[in-house]
Amino acid sequence: MTPLATLLTLSSMLFTLGLFAVLTRRNAILILVGIELMLNAANINFIAFWRYGPPDPQLAGPMFVMFSIAIAAAEAAVGLAIILMVFRHTRSTDLDKLDSLHG
Amino acid sequence: MAENFHLLLWCVPLLPLLAGGIIALLPDAHGRIASKLAIGALSLSCLLALGALVCVLSPGKVHVPAPLTWFTFGDVTLKVGLLLDPLSAGMAAMVTFVALWIFIYSLGYMEKEKRFGRFFGFLSLFCGAMLMVVLSNSLLLLFMAWELVGLASYLLIGFYYEKPSAAAAAQKAFITTRVGDMAFFLGMIWLYGHSGTLLFYDGGNGLLESGALSSLAGATTIGGLTVSAAASLLLLVGAMGKSGQVPLHTWLPDAMEGPTPVSALIHAATMVAAGVFLVARTHPIFSLGGDAGIALTATAWVGAITALYAALVAMAQYDIKRILAYSTVSQLGFMMIALGTGGVAAAMFHLIAHGFFKALLFLSAGSVIHGCHEEQDIRKMGGLRKAMPRTFIAYAIGMMALSGFPFVFSGFWSKEAILHSAELWPGGKGPFLIAACAALLTAFYMTRQALLVFFGKSRSPETHPHESPAVMIVPLFVLAAGAVLLSFIGTPLWPWFEKWVHGEKVVFHAGAFGEHGAVGLLILSLVIVSVGVGASVAVYRNALASSETPDPLSTKLGGLWKFLENAMGFDAFYQKAIINPLAFFAGGIDMLERMFFVPLMGLAEGLIKGCGRITRASDEAGLNKGFDGVCDGLRERATSTSRSQSGRPQGYLRTIGLGVTVLLVLYFWLSAG
Repeated sequence: MTPLATLLTLSSMLFTLGLFAVLTRRNAILILVGIELMLNAANINFIAFWRYGPPDPQLAGPMFVMFSIAIAAAEAAVGLAIILMVFRHTRSTDLDKLDSLHG
Repeated sequence: MAENFHLLLWCVPLLPLLAGGIIALLPDAHGRIASKLAIGALSLSCLLALGALVCVLSPGKVHVPAPLTWFTFGDVTLKVGLLLDPLSAGMAAMVTFVALWIFIYSLGYMEKEKRFGRFFGFLSLFCGAMLMVVLSNSLLLLFMAWELVGLASYLLIGFYYEKPSAAAAAQKAFITTRVGDMAFFLGMIWLYGHSGTLLFYDGGNGLLESGALSSLAGATTIGGLTVSAAASLLLLVGAMGKSGQVPLHTWLPDAMEGPTPVSALIHAATMVAAGVFLVARTHPIFSLGGDAGIALTATAWVGAITALYAALVAMAQYDIKRILAYSTVSQLGFMMIALGTGGVAAAMFHLIAHGFFKALLFLSAGSVIHGCHEEQDIRKMGGLRKAMPRTFIAYAIGMMALSGFPFVFSGFWSKEAILHSAELWPGGKGPFLIAACAALLTAFYMTRQALLVFFGKSRSPETHPHESPAVMIVPLFVLAAGAVLLSFIGTPLWPWFEKWVHGEKVVFHAGAFGEHGAVGLLILSLVIVSVGVGASVAVYRNALASSETPDPLSTKLGGLWKFLENAMGFDAFYQKAIINPLAFFAGGIDMLERMFFVPLMGLAEGLIKGCGRITRASDEAGLNKGFDGVCDGLRERATSTSRSQSGRPQGYLRTIGLGVTVLLVLYFWLSAG
């Protein structure tokens, strides 16, 4: 069986990768992709701790993940819609150009 | 030994999938490497598929590798696996072989394309998914691969996505087949709910084995329908979506927007065959209600209506690829008739033969289009026999196979087998008569197309058609050889294919023509072909003097011709019945918002503005002056502070990240010390 540490390493790698994308990418769509990566890293943790924790007939881990996947789908839909509207306004998805909230 | 064999079996679908995955990572500039990779992977998997075919050649031999556990959830275990029986081995060999030659042809056809590599990546994905559909031993795995096929076809139809019509056609294909997929999915869940397994064969516990079958046939549901009948009807709707049966066929002619090799691949070997294959694979469930039960009757009639409808529409088309597309829809209808009337072997024989000669026809059409500088209108062609002799020969072989020219063309024997099975069907003679009419029309419209494209005089003398390069001609001749040679495994004299599918031994049987009225049927087939071809030659010989001359039938039929040309108005009907109401609904919601929410917001806005005015007045009068000085001071300091507020969320995020890191380091440092 895969040791817990491997799964946690995988999820932290995924999280870091997502965070890196969110911090460094300029394209809003790729940032959204980064956010999804981070979400899924959390999902892996949920499943991993559920699997290796005490027996849990209530399936709390997978249930959390189900909800989180559903919410992620909704979030992606809303996010993409926002990006689409932003694109229509500015003809660009470059976040660095969207700084009209600066002080 | 067995382990290795099963591993190799997995390689058949996985190699092209892997190639597709690798190509996806290659930059577009490396198109040549991508094409080599795709062709290499497919030829390996073709060799393996042919090897697998040899392994099940002896009658009654079936390999079912032990299914792998995919995942366990609570006390539910889902298993997936592969299955090698005559049905899947024959299909896999046909798919890999035909697809391989289409790949090679694409090397020439797509040569000047800038997204050359990407094209081969999509093709590989398509083939891998299709092979998975064919070899799967589990309805679930089949469904997943089925969706992958749908995705790949979406990508390929929309390959020229800069063209709005191609993008629209891709969406149409995706959405229309999705309607069928939904039914398939429901049927699958229903079957799972009843039998607790999705594996086809599993040492006695599988879906298609006696235990599950008898429980499916015993249980009844709404309206006295047995569960097996209801689930098979749902599966049939899924197959109708994929195989372009009326009324879910409208995407298939539009799919011609893709590059021609894609049309050959989708319309010959892969995607459209998936629906027919699904019904053939789950035929034990379909036939639980008896030979003329609801499920099989529905299948036969859907096929019959589709076969006749598409043949009628194909008569009145001018686009060389559209004619072939409608003829595909019609031929798929023939296969459905065969499945509905119990002729699984006849359907599979026609499917495989059709795979060869329709790929041949599409590739020849591609060669014609290529040679005529991207012209697709047959009114502007004519006389190409002299300019493109090799393409003409290949096309003629394909056309004769499709129309069912007697004795040495596979289409003749496979169509004969379908007519035979339809005639013996206990559920009525309707499908048989319709199939005979559709076969006559097939001969008619194919002869029309051949006459208008290759004979007579050129109707656009200013263009100079040229023959295509060898890399495109060689695949034509290989497929043509296949279209001819296949005819020798399905004649009534030596019905090897039919017996093989049913797992029986074949014997040479000279008396076969005398049984079940086979001679009469043979004569009927001959009459059908000669009447169809003769009528077409009589109408269209030297009929079009120039590209402006109207079709002789269109002047005679008038409004009916227009009706046929517009494919009997299905698209217009869907536009009116589904798209317009949805658009109207959306418009209504928009109106509601404009009429209701906008005034409400306006009211709130006015209220807030009014408050603001009052506050402002009191402000300016009383408080302003005293605050001004304070404000100025504040503003100066604020300006310097606000510089750090860049308006870029990523900057803030970086700061937060830095802060978290510092805090963590501090925490660990303190707790360690």
